[in-house]
Amino acid sequence: MCLAVPGRVLDIEERDGTRMANVDFGGVVKEVCLEYLPDLQVGEYAIVHVGFALQRLDEESAKQTLELFATLGMLQEEFGDPWDLAAEAAGTLPPEGEGARR
Amino acid sequence: MKYIDEFQDPELARRLLDDIHSTVTRPWALMEVCGGQTHTIIRHGIDQLLPEKVELIHGPGCPVCVTPLEVIDKALEIASRPGVIFCSFGDMLRVPGTGRDLFQVRGAGGDVRVVYSPLDALRIAQRNPDREVVFFGIGFETTAPPNAMTVYQARRLGIRNFSLLVSHVRVPPAIEAIMRSPSCRVQGFLAAGHVCSVMGVEEYPELAERFRVPIVVTGFEPLDILEGVRRTVTQLERGEHTVDNAYPRAVRPEGNTAARAMLEDVFEVTDRAWRGIGVIPDSGWRLSAKYRDHDAEHRFSVDGIQTREPAECRSGEVLQGLLKPHECEAFGTLCTPRTPLGATMVSSEGACAAYYLYRRLDLTPAAREATPVV
Ligand code: SF4
Repeated sequence: MCLAVPGRVLDIEERDGTRMANVDFGGVVKEVCLEYLPDLQVGEYAIVHVGFALQRLDEESAKQTLELFATLGMLQEEFGDPWDLAAEAAGTLPPEGEGARR
Repeated sequence: MKYIDEFQDPELARRLLDDIHSTVTRPWALMEVCGGQTHTIIRHGIDQLLPEKVELIHGPGCPVCVTPLEVIDKALEIASRPGVIFCSFGDMLRVPGTGRDLFQVRGAGGDVRVVYSPLDALRIAQRNPDREVVFFGIGFETTAPPNAMTVYQARRLGIRNFSLLVSHVRVPPAIEAIMRSPSCRVQGFLAAGHVCSVMGVEEYPELAERFRVPIVVTGFEPLDILEGVRRTVTQLERGEHTVDNAYPRAVRPEGNTAARAMLEDVFEVTDRAWRGIGVIPDSGWRLSAKYRDHDAEHRFSVDGIQTREPAECRSGEVLQGLLKPHECEAFGTLCTPRTPLGATMVSSEGACAAYYLYRRLDLTPAAREATPVV
């Protein structure tokens, strides 16, 4: 949950008096609040945590991080269906003592 | 160096490791504060690549893990009430309360919903004006600003059926509590990068000076951790204790000033209990008086809840870096991700989960005796 993922701003709109954007996280698009980075522009990258852009990031480091997260399956952890993930953790892990998976 | 090929830039990783190996002359114990860093360390075997003289101690930086049982039980109680829509981030679903978790509350008919952002919970409140919508607001300085903004928006838009169950925590008082503990062995800190993205680094120089401990702001990718360790160890070897920013691509010295201003407006500093650790003075936030109407504890009476911690669970010691997860008797036997006894086995940032998921351990008693891992 404390994971913050870099994403690229696709478009920006005002909603209910709040600056919101669609942000692309390596293929997954989410709605993100820009109130904490009000001058962030379309095409720029930022670190996003629970739907809020918190800090600008340069394009190169953003892309590297996204690539790393994709390889490690962390984008799936962050954006996958949480009920599925919880159910999987509750029921389909290897039996006790078997150790690690993945 | 069996894992090094898996690094994003193995050449750079090797250079950093060589540098650390040639710098270290004495044993040092460093604490990584953030649970995300713990997972990176265990997942990539970084602790095993470092010189034996450098020990990494896992800190309390998992927001799910440190949320006290009492607060979890309050959440479960509120989520069970008719007319309530209880919204939470996904990683709270299986955190055990006394006898049940949110996953089970939903199974029993409670309206529990998982949201990606707290603003999603606010939208649910807008669409369901006849229901009470409660959002479970936990987390460190990274998560508090989004939750603060959501309460601010609720008030601004006059959305009265929205409230926050708050259990926010702050890192600097935890660092202070760790340093004050008589059993403390920590000689340097890898500070949590994303906490500093919001708060900046201004809170740290005073701590570094008072406890004569280097504090290096560190990201949570594998190369970030190696760079954080390299800088911390270099300071220790030189007898220095300053605050250093090894994560400048995401951390400005002043942090995010808009977010900090919102925190000041919506929250006020309060004492907080940390699961397994106890009350740390000034270590948390609660809603300030102006926003009391949106405080779920104020709106629902949930006092007098009887909590019961499982006796076998030693997550308090794990969270303080006094015990490694596999040294807990229940690890991998009574306690697994499927049957967790403590939050540290459930959370995506929990230390017990990291050991279970990424490190194959022989858990027979004989093997435990013979080969302490790490
Ligand atoms: S292994 Fe399980 S019982 Fe032991 S400290 Fe970790 S969460 Fe608690």
